[in-house]
Amino acid sequence: MEEINALFHGFSVALTPFNLMLMVIGVVLGVLIGVLPGLGGANGIAILLPLTFTMPPTSAVIMLSCIYWGALFGGAITSILFNIPGEPWSVATTFDGYPMAQQGKAGEALTTAFTSSFIGAFFAVVMITFLAPLVAKFALQFGPPEFFSVFFLTFCSFIGMGKEPPFKIVAAMMLGFALAAVGIDTVTGQLRLIFGWHELMRGFDFLIAVIGLFGIGEILLSMEEGLSFQGRTAKINMRIVIETWKKLPKFWLTSLRSCIIGCWMGITPGGATPASFMSYGIAKRMSPDGAKFGTGMPEGIVAPETAAHAAGTAALLPMLSLGIPGSPTAAVLLGGLLIWGLQPGPLLFVEQKDFVWGLIASMYLGNIVGLIIVLTCVPLFAAILRIPFSIVAPVIIVICAIGAFTVNNAMLDIWFMLLFGVMGYAFKKLSYPLAPLVLALVLGDQAEDAFRQSMLISQGDVRIFFSNGLVGSIMALGLLMLFWPLIGKLKVMLKNA
Amino acid sequence: MNNKQSAGDVVRAGISVRTAEIVVALFLLVLGGLVAYDSVRLGFRWVADGPEAGYFPFYIAVFICISSLGILGQALFGKSRGEHKVFVEWEQLKLVLSVLIPAVFFVFVIQMIGIYVASVAYIAFFMVWLGKYTWIKSVLLGIAVSVATFMMFEVWFKVPLFKGLFNPLSIIGY
Repeated sequence: MEEINALFHGFSVALTPFNLMLMVIGVVLGVLIGVLPGLGGANGIAILLPLTFTMPPTSAVIMLSCIYWGALFGGAITSILFNIPGEPWSVATTFDGYPMAQQGKAGEALTTAFTSSFIGAFFAVVMITFLAPLVAKFALQFGPPEFFSVFFLTFCSFIGMGKEPPFKIVAAMMLGFALAAVGIDTVTGQLRLIFGWHELMRGFDFLIAVIGLFGIGEILLSMEEGLSFQGRTAKINMRIVIETWKKLPKFWLTSLRSCIIGCWMGITPGGATPASFMSYGIAKRMSPDGAKFGTGMPEGIVAPETAAHAAGTAALLPMLSLGIPGSPTAAVLLGGLLIWGLQPGPLLFVEQKDFVWGLIASMYLGNIVGLIIVLTCVPLFAAILRIPFSIVAPVIIVICAIGAFTVNNAMLDIWFMLLFGVMGYAFKKLSYPLAPLVLALVLGDQAEDAFRQSMLISQGDVRIFFSNGLVGSIMALGLLMLFWPLIGKLKVMLKNA
Repeated sequence: MNNKQSAGDVVRAGISVRTAEIVVALFLLVLGGLVAYDSVRLGFRWVADGPEAGYFPFYIAVFICISSLGILGQALFGKSRGEHKVFVEWEQLKLVLSVLIPAVFFVFVIQMIGIYVASVAYIAFFMVWLGKYTWIKSVLLGIAVSVATFMMFEVWFKVPLFKGLFNPLSIIGY
């Protein structure tokens, strides 16, 4: 029970008045970010990252991860009250959440959503507590081929699990790799893909891409809708909360199933969005009330919210234990580690015990703080959405510009941010996925290094990736993921034949 | 949100999805070509001391080109080519551009006079132009936002922001 001891040590690190204050600030900012169009978990944290440069790393990560929890909670508010998913993973919440709000049961819907989110996150945090140290210990034996195989698995799962057309997933992902390759080659020191433009030597920072793609892109998209918000008002008081809580235990099976789906999709980087859809779909099929889904069933909120939060939280497991993020937001947090001078990867659990366990303990506390804040402050956050878009839009663009500038103190980055914004707009409308692009941009150099180091070890022999049981089975799993859609099609063809 | 699709029988004017698909695919194809070109320049082969600098990017470029050709092929000859789905209506495009073009100006102005002053101007302009607010209200809100960010970044967290080529804030010592 080494983990329990470590966890209690973590609580002693996280439970200082200063850190608790940061938690509250983080959650409130996070919910705001989740509610506002154009600001989401990933770009919100990216923008606030520079403010944490001077903080101690543990406090910094506590605040930033609480922003993430807040954003996860916040997405549900807009989905239920306005039928506008504040975050992609809360799209499935609109299916039953908005009808409930229309029937005047907004308070019940919100309580259900928040509680489910909390349960999903809690389940995932418990899993992280016990699984992450094991994975990290295991990964200490990893060499370059093993690391490359994990990268390979990561990217193959995007292709296999993604809902978008495979060509578009590959194109977006490879574009990310190409952008990552710009700048100085880490192995030979040559300048790559800068075409004589020396300001490009620094390469493309993925934080700029995140701010542009998700922030500016989202603003441009929202502008199209014309933005006449038709919101429902929500009343939440203790009585509604308690009454809803009394009804929730009967959905325990849906809840448990959604937790497992979420954790699985979060670790293998399927992400929160597909997890929420998958969980909703399965709940609809399995539930006795399945046919009534979409008309305002609380179970239809439990399933996607639980899974989305479990996935969003579980995405931090590979980030902490392997240094490989499972989602764009986890990638931004990983970027934070580097900025605070910590080396991500399995050694983190050995060398930075305070940091790791402080963070894990703060996940427990942060989610409790989050649940309390969202349950008590919903009307306040809903009021934010009533601020006219002609005020919100320019302010968000200003915030994005400031965020883009502070990453590297480079004016050029603000221009790139705009460029990424236009790209994000076009890509989103044509259903090119953005998550693989961002992750490829983050992991590109590392994946390339792992690949080239392996090739150097084996002197160019690709068989090194199947040279022992471990690397071989991860690669095989990756290939299975890659061809998963084809396998599914083949099955159907065989059935019909 | 879905009322646009349900009104699909009315043909709306705008850029079609097909055109947009083709443009983006061509853009990716050109990008892939550029990456391939530079990889070949760097050397994409396997030499005595291992892979050359262009080895990895070269194969990335190959994948970009293959997938963009695939997307292009689907857009040109795929099943959906007969459908006239609208990527963006002209009216919507006008709204999008009404955000994007001022944003480009905004970034240009940042380069000249720095983030703080440019933000005041941008927020005020946006509110007056699209929100039909009065000038006084708009400028006051712009100033409020700028002062808030100034206090947060410059004063509390000591993160200096861009002041532009002609720093107007030098009067107050920043």
